[in-house]
Amino acid sequence: MNGAAATVVLEETRKTFAGPDGGTVAAVDGITMTIRAGELTALVGPDGAGKTTLMRMFAGLLRPDAGSLHVLGTDVAAAPQRVQDRISYMPQRFGLYEDLSVQENLDLYADLHGVPQDQRRERFARMLEMTDLARFTGRPAGKLSGGMKQKLGLACTLVRSPDLLLLDEPSVGVDPLSRRDLWQIVRQLIDQEQLSVIVSTAYMDEAERCARVFVMNKGRLLAEGAPDDLRKQARGLTFTATPPDGTPARTLQARLIDAPDQIIDAVPKGGNVRLTRQPDANPARLDALLHDAVVEPRPEELEDAFMMLLRRHEDRTAAPAAPVAVRARPAPGTANGSSDKPIIVVRDLVRKFGDFTAVASTSFDVVRGEIFGLLGPNGAGKTTTFRMLCGLLPATSGHLEVAGLNLRTARAKARGRIGYVAQKFALYGDLTVRDNLEFFGGAYGLRGQALKARVTASLTQFGLEPSAQSGLLPAGYKQRLAMATGLLHEPDILFLDEPTSGIDPLARRAFWRTITALAEGGVTIIITTHFMEEAEYCDRIAIQDAGRVLALGTPHQVREQAGDAAMDMDSAFIAIVEQGRARHNHREAAA
Amino acid sequence: MQALADYLARTLALVRKELLALLKDRSSRMLLFAPALMQTLLFGYGATYDLTYVPYAVLDQSGGAAATELLARLDGTGVFKRAATLTGSGQIAGMIESGDALLAIDFPADFDARLASRQQAPLQVILDGRNSSTAALASAYIASIVAAYNQSRGAAPALAVVRRAWFNPNLESRWNLMPALIASLSMLQTLMLAALSVAREREQGTFDQLLVTPLTPLQILIGKALPAIFVGLIQSTIVFLVILFWFKIPFSGSVWLLYLGLLVFTAASVGIGLSVSALSLTMQQAMLYTFMLVMPLILLSGLLTAVGNMPRILQLATYANPLRFAIDLVRRVYLEGAGFSDVALDFVPLLGVAAVTLPLAAWLFRNRLA
Amino acid sequence: MSRSGFATRLVALIRKETRQMLRDRSNLVVGLLLPVGLILIFGFGISFDVKDARVAVAMEDSSPIARDTVAGLRGSPYLAPVWVRSMTEAERLVRAGKADAILRVPGDFSRHMAAGHGQLQLLLNGVDSNTAAAIEGYVNGALAVPLQQRGDRAGNKPAGAASVVIVQRTWFNEASESTWYVVPGLIVLVMTMIGAFLTSLLIAREWERGTLESLFVTPVRPLELVIAKLTPYLVVGIIDLTMCVVAARLLFQVPIRGSLPVIIGASLLYLMVSLLLGLFISGTTRSQFTASQVALLTSFLPAMMLSGFVFDLRNVPIVIQVISQLLPATHFMGLIKTLFMAGDYWPDILRTCGILTIYALVLVVATRRTLRKKLD
Repeated sequence: MNGAAATVVLEETRKTFAGPDGGTVAAVDGITMTIRAGELTALVGPDGAGKTTLMRMFAGLLRPDAGSLHVLGTDVAAAPQRVQDRISYMPQRFGLYEDLSVQENLDLYADLHGVPQDQRRERFARMLEMTDLARFTGRPAGKLSGGMKQKLGLACTLVRSPDLLLLDEPSVGVDPLSRRDLWQIVRQLIDQEQLSVIVSTAYMDEAERCARVFVMNKGRLLAEGAPDDLRKQARGLTFTATPPDGTPARTLQARLIDAPDQIIDAVPKGGNVRLTRQPDANPARLDALLHDAVVEPRPEELEDAFMMLLRRHEDRTAAPAAPVAVRARPAPGTANGSSDKPIIVVRDLVRKFGDFTAVASTSFDVVRGEIFGLLGPNGAGKTTTFRMLCGLLPATSGHLEVAGLNLRTARAKARGRIGYVAQKFALYGDLTVRDNLEFFGGAYGLRGQALKARVTASLTQFGLEPSAQSGLLPAGYKQRLAMATGLLHEPDILFLDEPTSGIDPLARRAFWRTITALAEGGVTIIITTHFMEEAEYCDRIAIQDAGRVLALGTPHQVREQAGDAAMDMDSAFIAIVEQGRARHNHREAAA
Repeated sequence: MQALADYLARTLALVRKELLALLKDRSSRMLLFAPALMQTLLFGYGATYDLTYVPYAVLDQSGGAAATELLARLDGTGVFKRAATLTGSGQIAGMIESGDALLAIDFPADFDARLASRQQAPLQVILDGRNSSTAALASAYIASIVAAYNQSRGAAPALAVVRRAWFNPNLESRWNLMPALIASLSMLQTLMLAALSVAREREQGTFDQLLVTPLTPLQILIGKALPAIFVGLIQSTIVFLVILFWFKIPFSGSVWLLYLGLLVFTAASVGIGLSVSALSLTMQQAMLYTFMLVMPLILLSGLLTAVGNMPRILQLATYANPLRFAIDLVRRVYLEGAGFSDVALDFVPLLGVAAVTLPLAAWLFRNRLA
Repeated sequence: MSRSGFATRLVALIRKETRQMLRDRSNLVVGLLLPVGLILIFGFGISFDVKDARVAVAMEDSSPIARDTVAGLRGSPYLAPVWVRSMTEAERLVRAGKADAILRVPGDFSRHMAAGHGQLQLLLNGVDSNTAAAIEGYVNGALAVPLQQRGDRAGNKPAGAASVVIVQRTWFNEASESTWYVVPGLIVLVMTMIGAFLTSLLIAREWERGTLESLFVTPVRPLELVIAKLTPYLVVGIIDLTMCVVAARLLFQVPIRGSLPVIIGASLLYLMVSLLLGLFISGTTRSQFTASQVALLTSFLPAMMLSGFVFDLRNVPIVIQVISQLLPATHFMGLIKTLFMAGDYWPDILRTCGILTIYALVLVVATRRTLRKKLD
């Protein structure tokens, strides 16, 4: 068998869609690649790279416009059903039936794939054990947390052992714990069943675990190879910069990221800044940027190479991401030197749904101009805490104060001082960008010239096209619009609920640049996130699990609490949550 | 003063957004206004109780002059059309069953002879009763023709009943039905629009975004209600204009009173819709519960059958039905030219429903837990 | 292997659809509760028959001849005469909504009557034209009885002439009860409703929630999806059909003259067409809101207004007749009324079932196409 060596073979494959302005957009622009069997292969790239289109073509859901595409030796366009009978595919938004229970969802997919009863028993038991869903078989899928839903989706996809497994961004919106679980499952299956797996992802640490990586951008293939080979492209360009004492890492990071002609990438990590310089960087300019920092070389990582490839391709194709310009309005409180007085006070906050305690006795303060991160696995109570702070949900008991008021009972005017960016895109999708901005501006009491000026300023600040229809924007732009809307009325406090979930690394860098600039301007920021490395941008973070606060302090303090101040945030998070759960179980066992 | 202007500006921003979302693209505009126009035309022509075409079969076993004259009178009406001339009574069943004839007239062999000998001459009429209204009308029509024939023969004392119908001289059922459509056609879509407005925002997550703005529940209510009321009134206007200018049914009342009534009625419908919306978790629920409500509201409104024909207990139930009073009001203003004092009592239940449902919806916006 | 695969998948999908249907209460409310409500409303609440119509009789002439002339009104089962002395009184009754018509017996009636040209005035409130027309017929009929009797009495004398009397027989609906034709029509309405309101959401909902993408990449075939989505609602339809037939027979004493198997068979065929139409709309629009609006406007409302349910299609312009002939509901409406009231009339049964079968087949093919496993 000749085809055994390759699962997917593309030759000059193209797929175009009708663009918003009547023209066509090439989502996959003449790609030639061969994906080997029996391996774990990653497709990586930012939003709009064409990963999902490619996955859907592999699955026979889209027909290529030109070129050829063979999956498992079959021409997919000619015989999609033949391919579909042999593969398993997990779409980005796995179509779980939310009104059916976990078991019913599993049964349905097992029946559809014709898994015999005797195999099924063994398979289900294993899947439920691996996904840790055995306790919840009777629960409707809609009532599961995001991470559990994703695991159930994977379990439904894997009710039988396919000849090829396609996973489209399986870990979007999933916390590090669930992400680790998901990968363990995939890993195990590859080892035990010699599965061929193709996974698309925006996480470089995931791509690093794959045998082969294809880097894509804007419908084109930029590079392919083993992670080790790709990584080498950034050799000699990667450094760690330690800012002088008293300077937060994010200040240095902001300075670096603002100089794209010298610096490819910079992110805060463990109190330092991890940077990659341009190969043709001017040494004098570089020295000027890093004059007060201690710079040491560090081993290159896949992410460095990825950012390098992307920046190079982006420079060739289009202008870089939106420039960040931020108002420098002194917050009213700081002028009086009262910046240490807490602007948000939470004392013994409790929220119960029936006999389920979503948030148990939580207390913390946030001072003006602080970036405060609420972290925790899916279902930890972050969003519930968050909704109570915004006044969307009444607290069962406890004390809650935002700018001296409880937003739920305060007069409507008090809500004018806060900005809110929801977890999923929550603007009016059928309206244009301008319509959305003008509406929310109006709702916050902006009128006439003032409104016009703010809308225009926001459009330029976030690089938004006013006449575009909001619902059709790419994820990164939707997120920008949501930010623009939340900031339109220049709030004192900004609430952000998982704002970076599902957007690519480039857009995330731009987003955080905006946030750090806002904090410098005196805006208080409360943010929840799944990306633990993002905790590095925060002044202080709180880690929640099962409704309880497990850790509270600066990222450094939290890492110390986890056991090692030098560990990365992901590991620190997992360590703290696991310590917390062990303690909790221990206490329960004792009681 | 500044505070008031501010308040209004914020509300206006919401109204503007709702209207934009409704009317922005062509297809949604079409979905709002084309059906009203189409349905008015369809129902205007299609929904009629008037008898305009009665196919009949005749079995003339007498072959005499009397039968010929009676048939000539029948054909002279322009309504009765002879579908078949039968030769045996066995053929009657087939004609009626197949629906080719609505009725059959059977002149017995001795018809002329009995008339000549001054005996009563029975004339057999066999009616298809599958639609009893049509059958009853056709039967009454034949009876009046026969009565006129009898009178012309001097068989009955001359008694003329001079009919005069107020407000609808030719007793056209279209005159009765169409003004009622001004209220009922628009209700269906306004109710649905209102029912979906909040449910859709809840399902798409935008309602939270709305709740964190400084808008008060009252402002949200106004913002949601006004566009729906506006759409409802436009639909009513479309129906009104078609009736007035296309079907040429004369309007004898005050336009202001008509629109005042429609405004209150639409507000009541929107109140019901918004309450359903605030109670529903998904768009599906909002839609299905709306259907569940709309059916009885329309059936028990007097649109198709008079409220007076209903059993007592259902008549009482119709007091909670805004459509019943809206139809009464529109018909009376449109056809009778009723003044405010004539229809004042119709306003009471309409205002009552609006006064209960609108505040209820506003309260539910914030207090219904997701 | 492929056969048993088909059976397993189908059973799994049917089970899934049934569970989903049962878990959302709003489905059952519309599928089962609404039909019960409609049966009661149509059976008890809605009557097209005008009974006890209130006619104010203004007796400006109270002579024995005048009283004799209008005496027939008393005996009419359809009229409830209210006797008053003057027109002003009568008009007051009409204004107050306590009478629908006025029969005026003018002060000089008996004089004119004696002279051979008696005249009564009937004043109708034309706003409710249907009631008005019925009242006119009833009043004329009620007046004619004593007149004819007198004429016949006179006929014994040499001057008179014999009269034609109508011997009327109404077939199929001897009692002229509107319930008899409304209740069979209700079956059409309920069957249409399940398709228009419930199945029209099914495919659109899967598109909106993104569940179809996962389903497509399984060995499932489009036809299996169609059958699975139909099945639970077919059961709901059968329950509704049973309720309607039982209520028609036991509650409203509507005769069932056709054979029950034919009624059930034809109803199921129409139910299939209605459900498939809903599914087809759902698959074409891919949006729950649009689907429900389209279904309402193209399926339910026309079935109610243009199918011959209440309004007799003989009286509508040709264009409307053509449109109504395009509706499957119109064909089934004619058949079900015949089956209930007239009996098994085979030419009609075969023609209608033929048309419905064609509709069903076309819709199966069309719906299957909307579920082609393609996202573009």
